[in-house]
Amino acid sequence: MIVMETEKQQKYKRESTKTDEVVVEIKNLRKCFGEKEVLKNINLTLHRGENLIVLGRSGQGKSVTIQCIVGLLTPDEGSVKVFDKDVPELSNDELKDLRTKIGFLFQSGALYDSMTVKENLEFALTRVLKVKDQQELDQRVQEVLEGVGLPEAIDKMPSDLSGGMRKRAGLARTLIVKPEIMLYDEPTTGLDPITSREISELILEMQKKYKTSSIIITHDMDCARVTGDRVLIMKDGEYVAEGTFEELQKSDDEFVRGFFLDTI
Amino acid sequence: MENVGDQTVFLSRFFRSVFSGGFEWSEFVRQCYEIGYRSLTLVSITSFIMGLVLILQLRPTLVDFGAESMLPHTLSVSVIREIGPVITAIICAGKIASSIGAELGSMKVTEQIDAMEVSGANPVQYLVVTRILATTCMVPLLAMMGDMISLIGGYFALNFTDDISFTLYFTKCFAALDFTDYLPALVKTIFFGFAIGFVGCYKGFNSNKGTESVGLAANSAVVTASLWIFFIDMLAVQITNLLYY
Repeated sequence: MIVMETEKQQKYKRESTKTDEVVVEIKNLRKCFGEKEVLKNINLTLHRGENLIVLGRSGQGKSVTIQCIVGLLTPDEGSVKVFDKDVPELSNDELKDLRTKIGFLFQSGALYDSMTVKENLEFALTRVLKVKDQQELDQRVQEVLEGVGLPEAIDKMPSDLSGGMRKRAGLARTLIVKPEIMLYDEPTTGLDPITSREISELILEMQKKYKTSSIIITHDMDCARVTGDRVLIMKDGEYVAEGTFEELQKSDDEFVRGFFLDTI
Repeated sequence: MENVGDQTVFLSRFFRSVFSGGFEWSEFVRQCYEIGYRSLTLVSITSFIMGLVLILQLRPTLVDFGAESMLPHTLSVSVIREIGPVITAIICAGKIASSIGAELGSMKVTEQIDAMEVSGANPVQYLVVTRILATTCMVPLLAMMGDMISLIGGYFALNFTDDISFTLYFTKCFAALDFTDYLPALVKTIFFGFAIGFVGCYKGFNSNKGTESVGLAANSAVVTASLWIFFIDMLAVQITNLLYY
């Protein structure tokens, strides 16, 4: 399959905003669940403005890595630093402050199903950022929903949304607090190719607009190609290859090349 | 022991969140409506039948002793002190604890609780505090209402065979009761309500990720909450006996 980049994607790719400043740094990360060692020795850096793609087979611990970054899981060994702060060492209040700078898009969207889209978006604004002015709330909700192309869904319940709309609403919910880092857990999984392409474009568009740094876990090579500045490949709890999409596409390693078979 | 430790940590998170400010009033009111109002019909029907059946069962025995006139006294003492609060709490454990366990369990499975956590919000504040306080407030109210409906059920049963006026019946019912009957019953229903909310939230919040665990959380919430109700009741009776008799 030959993957063609749209004009829009080319435009955003050309304008990559990667800098030398490191925003996430993971060293010698190890995490076990019972007897199973999921992460063996993870080393990773994310620069400001960079889009980092993590590829790997299912069950290799890709999601566990980003859950350690956001403090949902505690590493057994190693350090996880975000903005030079060691996440496992942070107090509850410090972790809460840090989380306001990190957006996490879950695979399922994870919209609160007892609330409308608007209430979903307002949830963190009113409770974490303590925005009380209804006019400001309305304006920010409207702005971010227009950004993700979902203004008509403002009063809908999550159960009334399609898979793609849920992803967009989930993305809007994370972007509304203006995070500096975005963590995407398989943002295009379960979507048709056209919607997947739209979500990939949206990721680029939102990165440009909100100037975020992103770690994107995906199996969608089209998404990896158009959104990623750098790609990491994970195998058995370790990163075994690193480079740009084009570099890894030409790799001599059979395992690495296996990911790119459909893209050549 | 690990389970006890986890429950203690969960309980301390609950109390920390209660006193950390930013109480979720609108969610609390919504939960009171869901837990209280939506349980009214079930509690009313079962309480009415319970009062009715108790009179029908008690009557032949008391008639043998020539103590038929003691029927309203006997019913009111047994309903207010013991049967009313316990039956209402057991019904609430079946309806409310399972519903909370399933709801929070499914939120856990679909990563909604994680999403709240990573947004920097406190899921315990929003989901747990509101539900536990709502059950703590609503179960005593439901039990009081259930007690009254049981007595009304008893009045109807008594009028199947005997002729007693509404006023005389209730005068006899309340004449048999004093402060030491009302207060312990009220206090124990507050603890019943707390236990129902706490167990439902704990089981849901700590369910594993998988659809099967939602069912397990709901089932386990009912069984554990019911056991807690009987345990609290046993303690309450012992304490009441020590204090008043």
